[in-house]
Amino acid sequence: MSATFTAFRALVRKDIQLFLRDRRAMVISVLTPIVVAAFFGFLFAPTGSGGNPVSRMKVGITDLDHSALTKAVLESLNQDAALDIQELPEDQALQLVRSGKLRAAIVFPADFEAAATGALVGTGGPMPDVKLLYDPSQSMIRPMVAGLLSQHVMQRLSRPAFIGTAKPIPFNVDNVAVTSGPRYNSYAHSFAGMSIQFILFMGIDAGIALLLMRQEGMWRRLRAAPLSGAVLLGSRVAGTTLIAVMILAVVYLVARVAFDVRIAGSVPGFAMVACAFALLAATTGLMIASLGRSVGATRGVAMFSVLILVMLGGAWVPSFLFPEWLQHVTEFTPTRWAVDGLDAMTWRGLPLQSAYAPTAILVGWSALFALIAVWRFNWEDN
Amino acid sequence: MHLIADRLHKKFGAITAVADVSFTAEPGKILGLLGPNGAGKSTTISMLAGLTTPHSGKVQIDSATLGTGAHPTKRKLGLVTQEIALLEELPARMNLEFFGGLYGLTGAALRARIAAVLELTSLSDRARDPPNTFSGGMRRRLNIACALLHEPQILLLDEPTVGVDPQSRNAIFETIEVLAGQGRTVVYTTHYMEEVERLCDRIVIVDHGRVLANDSLSGLLASAPVGNKLTLKYDVAPDAAALAEIRNLPGVVQVDLSGTEVSVSANDLGTAAPRVLERLAARGFSCQELTSRRANLEDVFLALTGRTLRDT
Repeated sequence: MSATFTAFRALVRKDIQLFLRDRRAMVISVLTPIVVAAFFGFLFAPTGSGGNPVSRMKVGITDLDHSALTKAVLESLNQDAALDIQELPEDQALQLVRSGKLRAAIVFPADFEAAATGALVGTGGPMPDVKLLYDPSQSMIRPMVAGLLSQHVMQRLSRPAFIGTAKPIPFNVDNVAVTSGPRYNSYAHSFAGMSIQFILFMGIDAGIALLLMRQEGMWRRLRAAPLSGAVLLGSRVAGTTLIAVMILAVVYLVARVAFDVRIAGSVPGFAMVACAFALLAATTGLMIASLGRSVGATRGVAMFSVLILVMLGGAWVPSFLFPEWLQHVTEFTPTRWAVDGLDAMTWRGLPLQSAYAPTAILVGWSALFALIAVWRFNWEDN
Repeated sequence: MHLIADRLHKKFGAITAVADVSFTAEPGKILGLLGPNGAGKSTTISMLAGLTTPHSGKVQIDSATLGTGAHPTKRKLGLVTQEIALLEELPARMNLEFFGGLYGLTGAALRARIAAVLELTSLSDRARDPPNTFSGGMRRRLNIACALLHEPQILLLDEPTVGVDPQSRNAIFETIEVLAGQGRTVVYTTHYMEEVERLCDRIVIVDHGRVLANDSLSGLLASAPVGNKLTLKYDVAPDAAALAEIRNLPGVVQVDLSGTEVSVSANDLGTAAPRVLERLAARGFSCQELTSRRANLEDVFLALTGRTLRDT
């Protein structure tokens, strides 16, 4: 065994020994992603059968028409499982929407039935205006309530009692969730996102530790040994990568046992993406150590950068919720590929080939970070 | 092995940290690098250890020129840094395994060296404990032990006694003397003159990055402007006329007043001391306390720089 390999092994083993020795830090580094991922997974769990109970939207109704049609629509809306209907005067409804206690309010005008029936059968006259008051901070609510309102009005209006036709809406919707895996598990995505976030934080800590080593004399001691820069920095990357892989393994083991997160796709593909991401975390730390000067300032800037990367990568909320232009932008972030790669191998259940692109891109980013680190690393002892 | 600093020069930006520093450390001898903080001692050690490349000049180990990085001549060196560079959470033995591994030591050879350095530094009974449970002196001793695992022929010690109690300091001195006695070349930096007086065979005095003197202790003391110092304390400071009178006494070289304390430098204390006391008493100044000492490195440094080591 060559002296260089022995030294490399000693350096890597030292990093792992230090990680395992600090039990509290080790538990926190594993527990934090699990707790946060469990929370996000619970929040984004599918509603209805097998998932979270449906959270009903509170919607106010003001009926100024008091017609048979508006009474029928109101009855129909009351039976909708997605809605929690309250009948209120218009000014009170407006006040409750403004204060955020109602998500929206619907105001049926006087003569609604006559005007709506006339408009539908084409007997002339203007269409009635139904007022929809909504909370602008929850813009997703408006189209949902408008859609449900249209559905229920059309169902009632097209009955024989009003216009004499038969079928209200001439089709049924059959909902089919499309994944290659057994079924969608919201915890799979949240565990991918939070693992990535907290392992990148661990990478930052590894970089900060290198800065501290320089300040505290350990770096001088290491450099006094007959070792090249490649051995000193390479061993650092190897040690941090192994620790990141260990954390990922434990986090996903808990995810499997406690939250039924399965690798429905390729296990080797999952391992490839996980290892490539662990390498990325390690090289991120190394780059931070090479660019940073003081510990305090470096930690702040690094944390900020990682949070932005994690956010854009879709670790907090899935990237498909982003505007289209932003979805394209995030393809240039390594975190997006890490999240998508882990998602692909877990709940999407995709084959090994789908892991190639995320792995290659993560390794590419890692190489870039490593090059920057080596280029900017200050080897002089000043 | 000889360690030769040959006209070393190092700048950091516009600041010259080390200028034209040359000296030779010999096997079996302890060379002391004495100077105040900021004199360039640590930068010199960095160049001697292959951590920093000099802008000009070179470091030689016998006939081989020292390089940086993975240069094989670095294996002949052991560096004890000024900062305690230990893995505080890992037991002492694991620290030693780690530092031994850096020099390619494994298996039985590593275990044997660990046992030897633990014994040398009197830490065998604490091998299982982490350094964060050690006293300052024990941590310093472990710091030294980590530099000895690969049996370096040249040992560089950068202020290795900072912050330790006198007993631990003596233990460290004894260890260093044992190592020099085994034929190792030792370079020892400090700003404590007592340490180089106690330990070093040869003393290099540096200030502002330059070598001011390079000699044995006896040689340096012989170059001091005075042989002895007399210090007299009074209730009231003697006036200028009294000081002028004793300044003119035979054998008196220099007279200084600090508060109510009079310092008299003289080559022949036996002649000068009674006369100084007599003249000042005659002028009504009654001496409360009197001390005398022979010249030391402080006086040499003062003569060379116009400042004391403690002032800097």
